[in-house]
Amino acid sequence: MLKKRIVARIDVKNEFVIKGIQLEGLRKVGDPYLMACRYYYEGIDEIVFMDSVASLYGRNNLFNIIDAACRDVFVPITVGGGIRSLGDIELALKSGADKVAINTQAIKTPDFITVAAKTFGSQCIVASIEAKRSGNAWEAYMDCGRERSGMDAVVWAKQLETLGAGEILVTSVDMEGTRKGFDTNLVKQISDLVSVPVVASGGAGSSAHVTALFNAGGAEAVAIASLFHYNTCSVVALKRQLAELGMMVRL
Amino acid sequence: MNQPVVAVIDYDIGNSKSMLNALVALGLSPILTRDPGGIAAADALILPGVGAFCQGMGNLEKYSLLDAIHRFIAQDKPFLGVCLGMQLLLEESEEFGVTVGMGVIKGKVKKLAVDPTAGEKLPHIGWNAVCEPDAARWTDSIFATIPDSSDVYFVHSFAAIPVDESDILSITRYGSSIFCSSLHKGNIWGCQFHPEKSGPIGLAILRKFVTLTGYEEGI
Repeated sequence: MLKKRIVARIDVKNEFVIKGIQLEGLRKVGDPYLMACRYYYEGIDEIVFMDSVASLYGRNNLFNIIDAACRDVFVPITVGGGIRSLGDIELALKSGADKVAINTQAIKTPDFITVAAKTFGSQCIVASIEAKRSGNAWEAYMDCGRERSGMDAVVWAKQLETLGAGEILVTSVDMEGTRKGFDTNLVKQISDLVSVPVVASGGAGSSAHVTALFNAGGAEAVAIASLFHYNTCSVVALKRQLAELGMMVRL
Repeated sequence: MNQPVVAVIDYDIGNSKSMLNALVALGLSPILTRDPGGIAAADALILPGVGAFCQGMGNLEKYSLLDAIHRFIAQDKPFLGVCLGMQLLLEESEEFGVTVGMGVIKGKVKKLAVDPTAGEKLPHIGWNAVCEPDAARWTDSIFATIPDSSDVYFVHSFAAIPVDESDILSITRYGSSIFCSSLHKGNIWGCQFHPEKSGPIGLAILRKFVTLTGYEEGI
């Protein structure tokens, strides 16, 4: 059977791993290469590197880190943040990444997702959505939760699938970094609408939160940052707890 | 120290860097090539690939690689196709209309049968178990050193359906369907999953494949 994927999310600013709460108040928490290696040895299923300021300043310095990590980490690697052109994608893949995550540029020019999927294959195009609660719905944000798009995040997810995205990474900006649990409602609503895999990000604080997310249905994978970064729980400890709670995970 | 020369075919289809990195991690010095001479001289040959079947075949033709691959296989040296590289070994694929493949394994490539009402999605992405189809099938194979039902990393929507059951090295269950997740016929091996992205288990598979060259030390 297909296992639920546990993904480590490593947000990077310059050469450091950073972590905030609700994508703000960023703190340095370590070296991205070393953290990627640690998670790999602990049995992580996948790693996502996000350049958290690339979109804002129009630059991308993640590729050297990716290049180094790919020599020692033999699980799939996704790169996001500041991916704006086919050239950016090519550079990311040539550095050793398997997939790219795209948010801001997809909102600005939706056709970019289609062209990227046709050029590199849907399997390497992850559409990233930063969703912030707004009344009974969620709005899609860009530039790391700073800019509003005016679009409904759930409707946007469906559009992204139609445009050619092979996976949807949905980050709840409200829950991000809080360690208070996932926005399971948001994930479920998106997943019910799309037929590509959904990766849920934002809010993991315990194995119970992850179990609640998977039991609510809809997520094929979960992206975790704080819980691992601050050593609250190791990858292997989390996976063992999930297995004990009846989740199908790779041990 | 004497080491086998492992060649990875360079045909502009997906990411060959991960495969090279994995082989380097095994202590090898792999070469990335589309030169027929380089391919013929290799001790083991790997055909990677992520993408569409028709584009894969098209690029093999464009770079005149088909003849070199057939001749390498005829030399009885270890050959491994990975993901699309495995599918290309079959006779034809139904992806975007029918495309003819290399035909070194009898059978077709078809879309995975999934049940969307049961929440089964395509592509099949993630870690899933490779299972030994019958006892002792894995003895002396590239899976000889890994446990039955080991999890490996998949990302695909199509899968091979070999005519001869004896060509099926492993099976994998996804939702309500069971598909052929690896192939073996003589010196030809194929993995639908990505051993280069499947952690220590994947590296163990690659290591075993490389030792089929007869070189054992330093790998």
